Amino acid sequence: MTTILTYPFKKLPTTSKWALRFAVQTKTKKTLAKPNIRNVVVVDGVRTPFLLSGTSYKDLMPHDLARAALTGLLHRTSVPKEVVDYIIFGTVIQEVKTSNVAREAALGAGFSDKTPAHTVTMACISANQAMTTGVGLIASGQCDVIVAGGVELMSDIPIRHSRKMRKLMLDLNKAKSMGQRLSLISKFRLNFLAPELPAVAEFSTSETMGHSADRLAAAFAVSRLEQDEYALRSHSLAKKAQDEGLLSDVVPFRVPGKDTVTKDNGIRPSSLEQMAKLKPAFIKPYGTVTAANSSFLTDGASAMLIMAEEKALAMGYKPKAYLRDFMYVSQDPKDQLLLGPTYATPKVLEKAGLTMNDIDAFEFHEAFSGQILANFKAMDSDWFAENYMGRKTKVGLPPLEKFNNWGGSLSLGHPFGATGCRLVMAAANRLRKEGGQYGLVAACAAGGQGHAMIVEAYPK
Amino acid sequence: MVACRAIGILSRFSAFRILRSRGYICRNFTGSSALLTRTHINYGVKGDVAVVRINSPNSKVNTLSKELHSEFTEVMNEIWASDQIRSAVLISSKPGCFIAGADINMLSACKTLQEVTQLSQEAQRILEKLEKSPKPVVAAINGSCLGGGLELAISCQYRIATKDRKTVLGVPEVLLGALPGAGGTQRLPKMVGVPAALDMMLTGRNIRADRAKKMGLVDQLVEPLGPGLKPPEERTMEYLEEVAITFAKGLADKKISPKRNKGLVEKLTAYAMTIPFVRQQVYKKVEEKVRKQTKGLYPAPLKIIDVVKTGIEQGSDAGYLSESQKFGELIMTKESKALIGLYHGQVLCKKNKFGAPQKDVKHLAILGAGLMGAGIAQVSVDKGLKTILKDATLTGLDRGQQQVFKGLNDKVKKKALTSFERDSIFSNLTGQLDYQGFEKADMVIEAVFEDLSLKHRVLKEVEAVIPDHCIFASNTSALPISEIAAVSKRPEKVIGMHYFSPVDKMQLLEIITTEKTSRDTSASAVAVGLKQGKVIIVVKDGPGFYTTRCLAPMMSEVIRILQEGVDPKKLDSLTTSFGFPVGAATLVDEVGVDVAKHVAEDLGKVFGERFGGGNPELLTQMVSKGFLGRKSGKGFYIYQEGVKRKDLNSDMDSILASLKLPPKSEVSSDEDIQFRLVTRFVNEAVMCLQEGILATPAEGDIGAVFGLGFPPCLGGPFRFVDLYGAQKIVDRLKKYEAAYGKQFTPCQLLADHANSPNKKFYQ
Repeated sequence: MTTILTYPFKKLPTTSKWALRFAVQTKTKKTLAKPNIRNVVVVDGVRTPFLLSGTSYKDLMPHDLARAALTGLLHRTSVPKEVVDYIIFGTVIQEVKTSNVAREAALGAGFSDKTPAHTVTMACISANQAMTTGVGLIASGQCDVIVAGGVELMSDIPIRHSRKMRKLMLDLNKAKSMGQRLSLISKFRLNFLAPELPAVAEFSTSETMGHSADRLAAAFAVSRLEQDEYALRSHSLAKKAQDEGLLSDVVPFRVPGKDTVTKDNGIRPSSLEQMAKLKPAFIKPYGTVTAANSSFLTDGASAMLIMAEEKALAMGYKPKAYLRDFMYVSQDPKDQLLLGPTYATPKVLEKAGLTMNDIDAFEFHEAFSGQILANFKAMDSDWFAENYMGRKTKVGLPPLEKFNNWGGSLSLGHPFGATGCRLVMAAANRLRKEGGQYGLVAACAAGGQGHAMIVEAYPK
Repeated sequence: MVACRAIGILSRFSAFRILRSRGYICRNFTGSSALLTRTHINYGVKGDVAVVRINSPNSKVNTLSKELHSEFTEVMNEIWASDQIRSAVLISSKPGCFIAGADINMLSACKTLQEVTQLSQEAQRILEKLEKSPKPVVAAINGSCLGGGLELAISCQYRIATKDRKTVLGVPEVLLGALPGAGGTQRLPKMVGVPAALDMMLTGRNIRADRAKKMGLVDQLVEPLGPGLKPPEERTMEYLEEVAITFAKGLADKKISPKRNKGLVEKLTAYAMTIPFVRQQVYKKVEEKVRKQTKGLYPAPLKIIDVVKTGIEQGSDAGYLSESQKFGELIMTKESKALIGLYHGQVLCKKNKFGAPQKDVKHLAILGAGLMGAGIAQVSVDKGLKTILKDATLTGLDRGQQQVFKGLNDKVKKKALTSFERDSIFSNLTGQLDYQGFEKADMVIEAVFEDLSLKHRVLKEVEAVIPDHCIFASNTSALPISEIAAVSKRPEKVIGMHYFSPVDKMQLLEIITTEKTSRDTSASAVAVGLKQGKVIIVVKDGPGFYTTRCLAPMMSEVIRILQEGVDPKKLDSLTTSFGFPVGAATLVDEVGVDVAKHVAEDLGKVFGERFGGGNPELLTQMVSKGFLGRKSGKGFYIYQEGVKRKDLNSDMDSILASLKLPPKSEVSSDEDIQFRLVTRFVNEAVMCLQEGILATPAEGDIGAVFGLGFPPCLGGPFRFVDLYGAQKIVDRLKKYEAAYGKQFTPCQLLADHANSPNKKFYQ
């Protein structure tokens, strides 16, 4: 408790009044444990280094990456394979051959073939869904030990034949005589060969996410400079955290036929001048979202060991954190695609009976600088709260000095299916390192959905 | 059911948004630091960019009025004179409207050709100065940019438009019988090429922003924004302004070039148009097409071609001069007056004179999934009404649902909807065979077969399951509503809603109130109709209401004319050349011979000799032989799937021969035949006003033109009487009365108008 009280002083020596008021305030609640509900703890979590897609992981398949995260977790926690009741992974762009990538990876990582596994998908909050599915299984008493994780390999994506070509090939399969086959082949046209590419676009609106982010930034009047500054902050903090060895969830990955990868390779602090030179990537020529202030296409996997508290203690573990209340929200996928954190944050806080002041570590998913800053402006606006959230007052701004202090998706990277676990581990590790009791994890996702979860530090 | 396929001009009336007269909604006027005496235009300076805001006071839309013209000139002169200002942005303060066109009242107020010509020349001068502005001017367009508004925008150096659905660009003057009179005929061809410019000016069509960008009509697009720290509309306008300012600066600094890169096809077209021979061919081709479509009844399109030609062949000075003169001439024509009258009428019929209903209709139920029922469903679901479509049989229901889906899917093919929006709209429709969910219905519209006892049966069935507040509307074309309501427990909730087929194309809705219908029921029915995008006339109950009643005597005359030996093809050409969009014989086929027979018999019984003329036996014989018109494949013509050419049905010869009447030579000239048809129509319409079936002449004109295809160039029966002269019409009627008797006796009101020449339906 002393660390909690002194922490803001250490961190904010100059902002006297404000910090003082903060420091003397006690937590609204001592713990979030609920009577008659099992406590769920994170024993530990790991991730492979997150790499720009098209780099060292480019020849792998998704389950290879997931397997690396799983073996890393086994190594880190020394958990006996046979005690794991269930494995859940999140992923977004599926490799058709391994559509249940959780199962393929688990088998390859040497888990018992008696341990079932399934894969979930919920865009950028797929790993969050994997974790909360695990939380549900434990809390309801169905399981005691769960491995949850996520994986994304953007270096290889399923590019399909066109529908016409697929239809022709399927019909050919069914054709019985040579005559039928020839008549089918005669229907072939050259344009059948045009491939179908998956796009990072909403199915319902056909708008790409970057385009939507640019409009969102404009709607909240977020300037290009603000976005570049925020991106620079993310990269600088990530670089600092990497140099200081704070990113302890990263496990080295021995890539077959290549060197061992030990750290994230997307962290590139630049200068505002350099960033200002870039042209807008989506709304041309006058938009504000550029390659430098967006998260990049990333390959990576993460995994974490979740247990019922009594089980962990019985096995002699010292857990890192509790997984507490969580909340999923969804809203208009056109104009509010990326505002999930704004909607989810107050709800999860209210559910847990906490206030913004109780949170010591914020870990928000950074899809775009513009998205984070738009969420900030929305959270800081009474008008928005009244008119769109049905609240009387604004949500309130998370203090920046507690926000994504070790970098975020903009700098560390964002493998869609794996980011959720990274956020939770960053919050848990930050609470241990920096002191503090409660962390808040929040993320937006395609489809206009969002997620937030309270992470409570495990008492030391 | 009175079906009527409207074509060409008729369906185009939806594009009518130009030249709006002043509305009633008052918006707060935001003044700027600049001269505060101005009421239409103000400007502020941001850095070195002047932001000029247009805001016609006390109106929903901005219109180019004299005041606006003079203030605009003042403001631009200040901007040009200022050393601080290097560029300017032109934007509206009204989110849904840039400029909707010239002030129609200003034009109507002009007494002489010279006055109108002078107005046009003044506008030309202002815009020419704007075009040659030494400081770049950027037009920032959100909402309608029509007529003079577009002419203003294309005089600027650069155009930025939002991709909002409300943003449309176009020159719809032709729909009012005029031409773009502020340099548009000269600038548009240079900007988008002659073929595209002619297409725009001759059809008056609205062009959406993305299409406009492709054509080169606008230079940049801005996506509309969602909610942020302000309402979406407001922030979108701000954003548009911010973007426009950056482009204005860029243009002033010469960092951005106002020149556009043309595509290959465009370059080729432009090259081809430099060859005089090709140009002549294009003019010839377009003129031919226009002559064929307008049959010489509309003077504006030909003059547009003429003016464009003058500009290109003889230089812009001659072009501008010709434009202003022809503009003046056109505004003075009867056709233009008729079309402007229709425009005013349409504005009137887009208002709910009963006020807002107590309860909004959110759940609608439709009985009968036939052509009409499904059509009504189609125009309801896409406006967000939860709609139940009920039919008695599964096959009928399937057909109806398929019709709704096809209607939506056609919009997807035309890219007016995305497939996702289609699916989401289609989910508003529930098809079923029972009365489940009727307990939630706010309104039930029945579109079952036209049979009184059947209608009575469904009314009783429905009243057993619907809530107390639910309205029962009957879609009937001739059965009196009070007779249908006779078996109702709550006649105050019963009303008639007469749609026209095909429902998604025909704009008219005729609402019929009985003595007992409550005001709130009427308000609700009109609100639903307006939501469905209809133009609405409200009439009193009576046999045939207004529309069917006007049509019946004309149809009777059609039969007599055919009996007198006039070929159906000849009759069709006589009626279409008078301005009807569909020939009279074809109309009977389209409506359905059985329906026509039904109506003729019903109304014949009520009105007796006045509705006589042709022998209804003709229709009876056709029905007995199965010649029901288009729906059965045979009527006066033969209809085949996929065959456009119509051949006469030779089997009709024997029927016609058996009922042949000797023609009366003194009233059988082509012109007499046309007038026999039209005067009976007009006489009956005036009688409807006389009897109080119609409340106003304007509704009568709108009903006749939008529901029955009365020639738009005549402006409707009442406008026709005013413009053609009541005396002349009465003279005609008396001449025919002498030949045929009572059917042509002019009604009292018409006779009154003939007797006192100062009396007009429109003062």
